[in-house]
Amino acid sequence: MAELQIVGQQGFGATKRRDSWWIEILPVFIVLNSFGAYATFRAFEGKFYEWGPYLSPFYSPLIDAGHTWWKFSPALLILAGPLGFRATCYYYRKAYYRAFFLDPPACAVNDRGGHNYKGETSFPFILQNLHRYFFYLALIFLAFLWYDAVLSFRWDGHFGIGLGSLIMTVNVILLSLYSFSCHSWRHLIGGKLDCFSCSKSTQVRHGGWKAVSALNEKHMLFAWLSLFSVGLTDLYIRLVSCGAITDIKIL
Amino acid sequence: MSEAVMQVFRGNREGGSPVEFRVPITPGMVVLDALHHIQGHQAPDLAVRWNCKAGKCGSCSAEVNGRPRLTCKTRMDALPTDQPITVNPMKTFPVIKDLVTDVSWNYEVNKKIPAFKPKAGTDWKMYQEDIDRVQEFRKCIECFLCQDVCHVLRDHDKKEFAGPRFMVRTAALEMHPLDSADRIPLVKKELGIGYCNITKCCTEVCPEEIHITDNAIIPLKERVVDEFYDPIAKLVRKITGAK
Repeated sequence: MAELQIVGQQGFGATKRRDSWWIEILPVFIVLNSFGAYATFRAFEGKFYEWGPYLSPFYSPLIDAGHTWWKFSPALLILAGPLGFRATCYYYRKAYYRAFFLDPPACAVNDRGGHNYKGETSFPFILQNLHRYFFYLALIFLAFLWYDAVLSFRWDGHFGIGLGSLIMTVNVILLSLYSFSCHSWRHLIGGKLDCFSCSKSTQVRHGGWKAVSALNEKHMLFAWLSLFSVGLTDLYIRLVSCGAITDIKIL
Repeated sequence: MSEAVMQVFRGNREGGSPVEFRVPITPGMVVLDALHHIQGHQAPDLAVRWNCKAGKCGSCSAEVNGRPRLTCKTRMDALPTDQPITVNPMKTFPVIKDLVTDVSWNYEVNKKIPAFKPKAGTDWKMYQEDIDRVQEFRKCIECFLCQDVCHVLRDHDKKEFAGPRFMVRTAALEMHPLDSADRIPLVKKELGIGYCNITKCCTEVCPEEIHITDNAIIPLKERVVDEFYDPIAKLVRKITGAK
């Protein structure tokens, strides 16, 4: 459309912006890469994922821990669910399109340009449209994680609290906030309606939509907090499980 | 009185270059004031589109220090003066002269969107809760800064994509409680919503602070999913006979 290129605005990464625009994407790049590397290592490690009443979120639900039919790490059986939910998440899409694909690297900073850009109209990114199915899957995972969190307070048949119990509880709360602030959920609960006042059921859904909309405003915050909490919960259980640290028994 | 060095683009469709001007800074001054000062004292032929000088007409869009902004809402005291302040026309649109660009493509896109079509026998009573979403979208002043910053239009020159402004307009119509038209096939095909990769620059630059991505584009994407990509939703619609 633009027929004239302003001097200094041609080429990949060119911009007239004066600020350090790359500061926005650098932490995203570092954190997502670090998490990816750690999660991959842990998924393949296949040990140190449980201790006492604790079970790592990377391995929940625990399937075929005895290796009767699956000889690899049990985490590999379930990883696609949470990974798919985050990979197709509207917030993470923004984050990684900018930080990894540099498309664009930042607002008003040139990307690679060219007319071949397809966005989310063709494979593989057209699959982003399946986000709501990963949301449904995420709900199943959440149910297991809540179950694990409740079990973490059960020590040899008695109620008890360890530091790990608290960590697992905080983790599942953050994961719930992240999941229930999802854009697809916001649409499904009421956003798809054109008329909120038309019937009793749409009025109820309007209430739900308003609540999810309020959570949705913090979706980015919950996305990051829950990512850290999942990683740190697993790390804590791993360290306790391998004997590097001792769990603190509070009650 | 302190002084700012302004580097303002001068040129037309054939080409141009930045020209330096020195402008005295007065309290409360905005970039548009500085441009008017240049017009009044140094370059009377400097072309600048403006009207209200109150952030409501959407005319004075330009790129100040590389950021798409309304020049009437950009205060000079918010800009560092240790380097020249650059003012360029919106990059996405063809330059007519200096800071004035040809935004007529937007009006052609607008014509593709079917107008409001009330349901038959409409009772013209609406409740605030039904119209809240639409009212946010009606704040749009058509400054086209969102169109300018959108990398699909700016860098990829994808005219198959209507741009954020027209996603906002379509969302306002689609979510209207009294409207009966279905524009979702249009949103997918002619307006090309799939080209948007939701990097949110449009939301960042909107002077009316419309949540373009979260409240207009993503809900429209989800409605496209309902109609085109979700087999369960399709099945439910078929069974229940719902729209």
